[in-house]
Amino acid sequence: MKKKKVLAVASQGGHLIQLLRLKPVFDQFDTTYVSNQYREEMGEDFRHVIDANGDEKLKLIVLFFQMSWVMLINRPDIVISSGAAPGFFAVMLGKLMGARTIWVDSIANAEELSLSGKKAGKFADLWLTQWPNLAEPSGPSFCGRVL
Amino acid sequence: MIFLTVGTQLPFDRFIQLVDVWAEQNPSVEIYAQIGKGEYLPKHMKFCRFLDEKAYKEQFDNASIVLAHAAMGSVITSLIASKPIIVFPRIAALGEHRNEHQLATSRNLENFEGCYVTYNENELFTSLDNVTTLRGGTLAPYANPDLLKSIETFILADA
Repeated sequence: MKKKKVLAVASQGGHLIQLLRLKPVFDQFDTTYVSNQYREEMGEDFRHVIDANGDEKLKLIVLFFQMSWVMLINRPDIVISSGAAPGFFAVMLGKLMGARTIWVDSIANAEELSLSGKKAGKFADLWLTQWPNLAEPSGPSFCGRVL
Repeated sequence: MIFLTVGTQLPFDRFIQLVDVWAEQNPSVEIYAQIGKGEYLPKHMKFCRFLDEKAYKEQFDNASIVLAHAAMGSVITSLIASKPIIVFPRIAALGEHRNEHQLATSRNLENFEGCYVTYNENELFTSLDNVTTLRGGTLAPYANPDLLKSIETFILADA
């Protein structure tokens, strides 16, 4: 059977470090990494995009088109992200294009889901928080932590 | 050597300035700071604005202690490397972040071995004064097996 194509997306720093703690899973599939930062653990299958936050409208638009392009080229079966803006776009676009989507909200959000995490809930088939106190019957759910 | 980092996205002048005050009083301790977009330029420690991955790794590897805002990247990296990390959270009420998640994160980090959470000048300086007694924590290289299994199962399931 052909290996599933996974697109693993996160912005640099903590989000990316958390995403890469799932590497043993990614290694079993045909995984492409997308970020605004390259880290050695990602190997050769890496695509660069910019990062943007909610206040940077123009950058958000550029990021949206970059991510759309990555999606069209890559055609993933699965999209997974730990945040933030690049991950939100990836999960949204992935869902619209028929991929199955996973959002792992950052462990830094212990009392309230991240802004991108709240918005991503609508587009994530598997919507996870890393804090049991934030889990709800209607989602997100809790399945463990990156720690 | 102490490695101080406040990330690359937002300034954190209050923290840098406090550590600079401590550095002036403790000239024998070498400190290297990545100050990001801050306006305050340290006078008593070496610093730069941004380090690329390679340069960051070099400074990090050379450090025996990490001093950082309450960011999970710095915390995870320090725990894996068994380096003690002194955490000083950003306070959104002071304009240092968009919301108070660093305070929430810090309260949770208090329970982690190897994390020394400080909330004000006094606590920060006390930790720095006792820096040689701090011990690093431990962390497995990858996520908790339950989380890995849940994600793997989801990916393998048919659409």
